[in-house]
Amino acid sequence: MLDDKDRVFRNLYGLDDWGLDGARRRGGWDGTKAIIEKGRDGIINEMKASGQRGRGGAGFPTGLKWSFMPKQSDGRPHYLVVNADESEPGTCKDREIMRHDPHLLVEGCLIAGFAMGANTGYIYVRGEFIRERERLQAAIDQAYEAKLIGKNNVHGWDFDLYVHHGAGAYICGEETALLESLEGKKGQPRLKPPFPANVGLYGCPTTVNNVETIAQAPDIMRRGAAWFSAIGRPNNTGTKLFCISGHVQKPCTVEDAMSVPLRELVENHAGGVRGGWDNLLAVIPGGSSMPLIPASQCGDLKMDFDSLVALKSALGTAAIIVMDKSTDIIKAMARISYFYKHESCGQCTPCREGMGWMWRVLTRMAEGRAHKREIDMLFEVTKQIEGHTICAFGDGAAWPVQGLLRHFRPEIERRIDQYAANPHPDPVPVAAE
Amino acid sequence: MSVRRLAPPELQPKQFIFTVDNLAWAKEQMAKYPPGREQSAIIPILWRAQEQAGGWLPQKAIEYVADLLGMARIRALEVATFYTMFLLTPVGRKAHVQVCGTTPCMLRGAEDIRKVCQRRIHPEPFHVSSDGNFSWEEVECLGACVNAPMVLIWNDTYEDLTPESFEKVLDGFARSEPPKPGPQTDRQFSAPIGGPTTLKSMSKA
Repeated sequence: MLDDKDRVFRNLYGLDDWGLDGARRRGGWDGTKAIIEKGRDGIINEMKASGQRGRGGAGFPTGLKWSFMPKQSDGRPHYLVVNADESEPGTCKDREIMRHDPHLLVEGCLIAGFAMGANTGYIYVRGEFIRERERLQAAIDQAYEAKLIGKNNVHGWDFDLYVHHGAGAYICGEETALLESLEGKKGQPRLKPPFPANVGLYGCPTTVNNVETIAQAPDIMRRGAAWFSAIGRPNNTGTKLFCISGHVQKPCTVEDAMSVPLRELVENHAGGVRGGWDNLLAVIPGGSSMPLIPASQCGDLKMDFDSLVALKSALGTAAIIVMDKSTDIIKAMARISYFYKHESCGQCTPCREGMGWMWRVLTRMAEGRAHKREIDMLFEVTKQIEGHTICAFGDGAAWPVQGLLRHFRPEIERRIDQYAANPHPDPVPVAAE
Repeated sequence: MSVRRLAPPELQPKQFIFTVDNLAWAKEQMAKYPPGREQSAIIPILWRAQEQAGGWLPQKAIEYVADLLGMARIRALEVATFYTMFLLTPVGRKAHVQVCGTTPCMLRGAEDIRKVCQRRIHPEPFHVSSDGNFSWEEVECLGACVNAPMVLIWNDTYEDLTPESFEKVLDGFARSEPPKPGPQTDRQFSAPIGGPTTLKSMSKA
């Protein structure tokens, strides 16, 4: 198990003071000026060497992302935007950072802003996190007060940081939708290219990073890339916040090393699966967009980017949703489909129309009120949505359905047989109802 | 997508203007963004308008905010109808309960929480209870999945609920004495029940 001294989030559970004094006692804001003095290239190279991959879901290497920002400004300002629109079902890690250790994020913003030549940063917090954004604003006010950020601060890099918030749209976690929303519009994703590093917020070079990614940056810079890259395994380095929810004895958020075995994580921290490990049916390893993994593949599963891709799933946000054998798996996935139907922004037809269609068919399948040929039809429709939309929302909604069909087809067929074996007054509707 | 319409004309107030304090606050928000980009502030300002109007957004409030920000009214209406935390019809005076119903909460009993709402408030969401004090809706993931099931009432979350403890929360709001927010069990935020398995050196400090 990861040693306490290797943890980045040392006040994860709010046992200590969240404020500036507490943050300093835990090592925050220590030697920040020396980090800034390493220069832009020095910071970016250190981030690259640490091997940190973005913690928001896609896992893109952070140092590389920062290096895409133009080296010289062409007159347009540069912007740092922090994605705190944490809405992926199962995920609740950024919330803990913002309410219990907000100074890690504020300090990370200064370092990241400097590394990409940005004098302004916006933190986009999801609308539902009302107390969290108040806490974050309070931390920013403390940092201004102590001249740690702002104009003419002690670190020698002018940096203004603002909290912005949304109002309940999951799609605003997609970086270009987030930028649209930040400009005061509906959150509908933009086509890429041009990428935000060239044309982002207000048409200016912008980098969007996840809260956890940015909050880890100060510790990586202070302790060095070698420390960070020694945790986990190559290409999957560092520590990670895992949120373990669903059918476990003690759901919790916990920081552990990357590549930790799933079983160890669930049994050491979450008290094990309800009814014992053998009662496990399936897990969703990375937030609801990722295909589920049946219990048969969970035994020696390591929680990192590469292991999960090998199982046709992904680490995503590392939000583990555990389902035991009492779960109605078809109904659980139908509910996830309802979520995507509700949250589709409506811009692309395959997504807008497809989400509702998948939800309706899955709801019938949960009752058994379907034809077996519709299982293949459903799979085909998911394939027609995947990759045919402007943003990755369509993929993220199609994958969980594909995961269900890949691993639980016999269960769907059994339920259809069960329904058909009993006489019913209402006829079974066909898919294109 | 969800189809969202403004409240019918008979429910709409005749006018809306910000209080002096709220107007000053709105100007501060607009100053966060570069000159000419004041439109960026629309979500926070609509939010404040919703708070002032009693928990929902009348048409006049949306138009007022559009005029304040110097943007076309249709653009403000687009924003108000796109973002689902803007409530377009009147809500309960004492509490509007937002029950998280997405899969992680569903797995831990959100359906029972919803049934309590249906029994005590109204069988249908977005309907105000007969005494005018309560309303409810089922919302999508509120981001407190390890504390499931949970609800959001006004600015606070009530977590780790059972139907019994949720009834107590509602009783508190009915008496206008809201209970302590956060986990409704003796649990330290998102730490495992019974105490953290990590950071033990921290908890001693």
